[in-house]
Amino acid sequence: MQLLLNGSATEAPEGATLESVIGRLGLPVARVAVERNGAIVPRGQYAGVVLAEGDVIEVVTLVGGG
Amino acid sequence: MARKGSLMFGGRELGSRLIVGTGKYPSLVVARRAIEASGATMVTVAVRRVELGKRGEPSILDVLTDLKLAILPNTAGCYTADEAVRVARLGREAGLSELVKVEVIGDEKTLLPDNEGLLQATRTLVKDGFVVLPYTNDDLVVAKRLRDAGAAAVMPLGAPIGSGLGIQNALNLRLLIEAIPEIPVIVDAGVGTASDAAIAMELGADGVLMNTGIAGARDPVAMARAMRLAVEAGRLAYEAGRIEKKPYATASSPETGRVGGNR
Repeated sequence: MQLLLNGSATEAPEGATLESVIGRLGLPVARVAVERNGAIVPRGQYAGVVLAEGDVIEVVTLVGGG
Repeated sequence: MARKGSLMFGGRELGSRLIVGTGKYPSLVVARRAIEASGATMVTVAVRRVELGKRGEPSILDVLTDLKLAILPNTAGCYTADEAVRVARLGREAGLSELVKVEVIGDEKTLLPDNEGLLQATRTLVKDGFVVLPYTNDDLVVAKRLRDAGAAAVMPLGAPIGSGLGIQNALNLRLLIEAIPEIPVIVDAGVGTASDAAIAMELGADGVLMNTGIAGARDPVAMARAMRLAVEAGRLAYEAGRIEKKPYATASSPETGRVGGNR
């Protein structure tokens, strides 16, 4: 299935969870925030979220800024 | 009447009146040393997408965690209240902090704030439990509305973001500071060198927030120290109460007993 991950079309296996997709990014989960189709998914709930075709996922972190 | 004590908002007391940004440093090593030299206990960060394909690289967050600094996520780059609210919520989730520096920009060239959007975002975020620090214009009427909306502090600019022009609006800032005694006023943006920070503090600001002025200096670590001293000096001068300005001289030495005089 195809997801829109941070604006890029991304392939993921059917039944993939949010946790598996985020895991591939290699970031400590403590430092990210995740939106699925515009709603924040609280930390600790990623494993229970099974993604669907066309889901829009935003994974953000904190970077240097003013 | 000088505002005494330390910089406080949202129930927390900051050990320093200088808040620094974490962007634009030439390297993480320099960022770390400069932030340390600034003496700041709170730093701003931005909320951005994770870059796909970049795995486990060192991040500014490693530095901030190590230095045990309070993190103030911003909503930089947002042009509507809705965007700012969305980014603030993501920043809270990522940073585990209720603090947010709200920016709603209204003009790309000057990065000046959109007053209407800023007020709207502030109201929404206050209701949502955030400790809201809005980046605002130097307009005291807007500042009063932000205060009434529940902002924990107001952060008027001294000049456009990153311009280094120094305090271009001393009168407006002074009037704003006098009009808002209930919450801290933190001058945010425009500081180019140490004297600019001192001027902001001498005007009675409760704090100064800066990023480019330090990060963009030839020697950011030395400039960070200069800013720390300037904020302290400016604050002390404000609390000490400066002399009145007069057009003519007043002698500092005794007028009487001059050598060769008639008396």
